[in-house]
Amino acid sequence: MSKQIEHWGKTKSLLWITLIIWAFFAFIIHLFGTSLNGSFPGAYYMAGQGAQLAFVILTFWFASRQNKIDEEFGFSEDD
Amino acid sequence: MLRLGDNFITSLNKVYGIYTLGFLGFVILMAILEVAGVSNTIIGWLFVAFTVLIYALIGVLSRTMQSSQYYVAGREVPAVYNGMATAADWMSGASFIAMAGGIYLKGYPYMGFLVGWTGGYVLVASLIAPYLRKFGCYTVPDFIGTRYGGNLPRICAVIILVVASFTYVTAQINGTGTVAARALQIPFEVGVWIGLAGILFCSMLGGMRAVTWTQVAQYIVLIIAYLIPVFWMSNKLGYGLIPHLAQFDAVSRVQELEGLLGVKELLPTAEAQAEAGKLAALKVGINDASATAMANWKFFTLVLCMMAGTASLPHVLMRYFTTASVKAARQSVGWSLLFICLLYLTAPALATFTKLSLLDPTVATSIIGKSISEVSNLEWIQQWSNVGFLKLVDGNGDGILQINEFFMRGDIVVLATPEMAGLPYVISGLVAAGGLAAAMSTADGLLLAIANALSHDLYYKVIDPKADTSRRLVVARVLLLFIGAAGAFVASLKLTSILGAVAWAFCFANSGLFFPLVLGVWWKRANKAGAVAGMIGGFGVGFWYLYMVQFGGMTPWYGIDGLRFGMIGMPVSLILMIVVSLMTEEPDQETQDMVDAIRVPKGKAVLAADH
Repeated sequence: MSKQIEHWGKTKSLLWITLIIWAFFAFIIHLFGTSLNGSFPGAYYMAGQGAQLAFVILTFWFASRQNKIDEEFGFSEDD
Repeated sequence: MLRLGDNFITSLNKVYGIYTLGFLGFVILMAILEVAGVSNTIIGWLFVAFTVLIYALIGVLSRTMQSSQYYVAGREVPAVYNGMATAADWMSGASFIAMAGGIYLKGYPYMGFLVGWTGGYVLVASLIAPYLRKFGCYTVPDFIGTRYGGNLPRICAVIILVVASFTYVTAQINGTGTVAARALQIPFEVGVWIGLAGILFCSMLGGMRAVTWTQVAQYIVLIIAYLIPVFWMSNKLGYGLIPHLAQFDAVSRVQELEGLLGVKELLPTAEAQAEAGKLAALKVGINDASATAMANWKFFTLVLCMMAGTASLPHVLMRYFTTASVKAARQSVGWSLLFICLLYLTAPALATFTKLSLLDPTVATSIIGKSISEVSNLEWIQQWSNVGFLKLVDGNGDGILQINEFFMRGDIVVLATPEMAGLPYVISGLVAAGGLAAAMSTADGLLLAIANALSHDLYYKVIDPKADTSRRLVVARVLLLFIGAAGAFVASLKLTSILGAVAWAFCFANSGLFFPLVLGVWWKRANKAGAVAGMIGGFGVGFWYLYMVQFGGMTPWYGIDGLRFGMIGMPVSLILMIVVSLMTEEPDQETQDMVDAIRVPKGKAVLAADH
């Protein structure tokens, strides 16, 4: 049972890291839109391309990390 | 008769590769016909007829009488293909037709939709989808009903699902009607019923299995249709080969023009606006980031509501029930988001290049600053004015078209761009086929979500638990037919705009379902009483608030309008769920073991494969 508790602990830490990165690109960065705008349209960039690219990378990264955690404890479907 | 066999799954790359080449060949053939002098109406008809026939054919070939095939496509859809199907399921008429137009007219604040509708997938991947896949449910209420126990939570979830999805589906059927009416030159009401017939052909016989394989086909059509005109425009305007990289110079140029043309100073006169009715002139800058606390708050709340809605809309979540494993479900969310971003990252570029085509006096197609008589003679201006999509009103009577005298509907940006930018008609036909694919694929997924919840959760689990498989599947199909007809009927009444209805659906879903789903996985202590209180309270209060703001004449609190009423429903749902759960007994050992079981991918599903 302790193996399961440890697995869930690691899963929860990964979730928090994922949610912090998510919140940064979803909310925080857009609060500074006016400062991002200079000769390059930074606010437009972050809302129309930057945040989306970050979400794609984050989702794939999360999937592979979570999979590694499952494998580490022998909880993946292939074991 | 022919039917898709077992070897279909192993030859997907080949099948869809040939399909894609075939579709491109068809587009080239249409281009040749156009050069040969075939009329635009015939080309429009051919585009719609050819694509809808293909979808219907896939739907018929995928027919099945097995419940696991009908409800979850046999749980054998590879991650990449499920990603494509989810992208089509997800990207609706609103994404395809309305989004670029929204960015065009409403500028930066509107891009909150772009952030919200993509970032929600991070929540889907990390909080919900893989756990529901392990659970082994057929529908979202199936999870709620089994996790919390008893019929009451299941019925609450069914009601929320039906309200949210039905709101959404009427907007999609409306979208199919709009596109069909334009491309086929038929009345809107007839277009709605033709669209519905196509949708039902795709889903009736094969359920989720048929919808999956038609959605993949629809994704290919819609993405080709969306990308080609934008690439074409970017190159034609001389900004560069790849619009996604070239758009930033164009944005700077648009900002320059906004100053020259007085976009933010020159507002429409009251009389001109009254004459234009619901059509809008350009009043907002393309890159005016939130500068006030209120603007930041509105951006934040819109993003949050759309994200939580994404993670609780049943027609999206149920797509991840079809993958072969938990691991594949997680990866599949990444693929979905990637395929969605192919279109979403193109929408701002499309808005920007369209703006340049119309505003930049150095571009031949520009209209602002030209004489009104000259502009109103343009063919596309006449065509779209005739159907009430745009209007020129000479507010100051000087005979020259100013920025505050050109009124339009946002939808026009995608649908009319090929004509505005002077591209051949074959591109317009292609865009119509793409818009139809987007609206049909989402309507398919939504109708199936509703019919499955009613047939599986309400009929089989609550009303007649002894019903055999064939009877259940017949019930599911009959329901599909009735719900589709009801959706088409409501759509033909034209009650709300496409986008309004879509945002409501997201808020209905997040008010009622977000926390019961998330806490069902992440908080063992969550129990039946808490879930029921959270669903009824969140959904009820959200519904009441929407009604008061939209129809009751109440002033929205802190800028929380009808698009954002999840900001009221969600906190109510969360607080009620926690307080009521803690006040009542903790769930029994069996339920706690069930939660432990879904937290690890290994081991048997909670619900049997054929339940």
